[in-house]
Amino acid sequence: MAQQKKAVALISGGLDSMLAAKTIMEQGIQVEGLNFFTGFCVEGHTHAIRQKEGVRPKRNNALWVAEQLGIKLHIVDVIEEYKTVLINPKHGYGANLNPCLDCKIFMVNKAGQWLKENNFDFIITGEVIGQRPMSQRKQTMPIIARESGADDVLLRPLCAKNLPETLPEREGWVDRSKLHGFSGRSRKPQMELAQRFGFDDYAQPAGGCCFLTDAAYSSKLVDLWQNRGHKNYELDDVMLLKVGRHIRPKAHFKLIVSREEGEDRFLQGYKNDFISLFCTSHNGPLTLIDGTPNAEDLTLAGQITARYGQGRGAEQVDLRVRFPDGREKTLQVKPLTPEQMPKEWFV
Amino acid sequence: MSRQLLNARRLLCPLPVIRTQDKVKQMQPGDQLEIICTDPGVMQDIPAWCRINGHTVLATDTQTGEYRIILQVGDNG
Repeated sequence: MAQQKKAVALISGGLDSMLAAKTIMEQGIQVEGLNFFTGFCVEGHTHAIRQKEGVRPKRNNALWVAEQLGIKLHIVDVIEEYKTVLINPKHGYGANLNPCLDCKIFMVNKAGQWLKENNFDFIITGEVIGQRPMSQRKQTMPIIARESGADDVLLRPLCAKNLPETLPEREGWVDRSKLHGFSGRSRKPQMELAQRFGFDDYAQPAGGCCFLTDAAYSSKLVDLWQNRGHKNYELDDVMLLKVGRHIRPKAHFKLIVSREEGEDRFLQGYKNDFISLFCTSHNGPLTLIDGTPNAEDLTLAGQITARYGQGRGAEQVDLRVRFPDGREKTLQVKPLTPEQMPKEWFV
Repeated sequence: MSRQLLNARRLLCPLPVIRTQDKVKQMQPGDQLEIICTDPGVMQDIPAWCRINGHTVLATDTQTGEYRIILQVGDNG
């Protein structure tokens, strides 16, 4: 009796990868899921930052999809390796700092490595020709297969009929006639297939799964790179760009001002890494200072912090400045008015 | 059977799940792992990860202001 073939599916948590995996499972193939954590994923940890008390945390869609499919999911930390993809993408960026094509090549390559280490037979993705303007085009499909090294062990079940036969099809591991020929940006075929499989709850496809597709986030990352003079980053940098108002009054320092209680709690965790400020005379935000401010700059930082607190209309607001080594000092400032804060300060 | 501790404080999901997954890979079926976290998302994500990978959540606790989960590694751990 022939040994059961095994496929590893890239699971993003969206509908397409869910349908691709299910399509192959329907053919009696054993499927396990892989999900890569780059640090820029919208899924997961970001939900927690602005989590309000008593509100149920959002689910991790990749885990949820795996549970719906009844498959194992392996979440892989690729934060360090992903830096090369983001800092110097061979195929360039999309509308913002999203290196979608290089990212897909990277992930399929990683899936290929996992495949070999775990004795699986082929890789499946939820790609659809024409679905995404940068990475999911007819021209990019062979580029991904070739440059990832996956070649014809990469099967795209949702659009396979529009592509050359792959190894699993040629060898008869999967029946090509039961695969799909989706193309274009319409979501209708996916919706219909979801209905056929009985999936009535799934993550909405709009919005993307990566912060790098977001213009505001990308501009903060550009600002970070420009002011540091290099493009390297740590996970904490990536996390902090997702939180608070980012205000750069001078080139040599930037403020991160919390917008609500969840962000306040999150930023508290960085008080030993950055100079921090908070109002003592009124309720107000917590501010971190990234850079090397002098005494005059600290006063300006206090005025900006006070502008976002309940003392914004007061003549004087008292603040405490805390340095990473534990030293503290107090400040008395008059809050800036909105008119005193030029638009160029806002990153 | 051994019992191990994983400190996943300050990590936000899915990192506590990834750390749990990596730790469990080094453990034997029947072993127990106690995970201590500060991200409330773990109360949803780690039990989901356990369900799909065949592990059992033995206990959860939120009384200390942190989130504590004790799991038992499954047979295919």
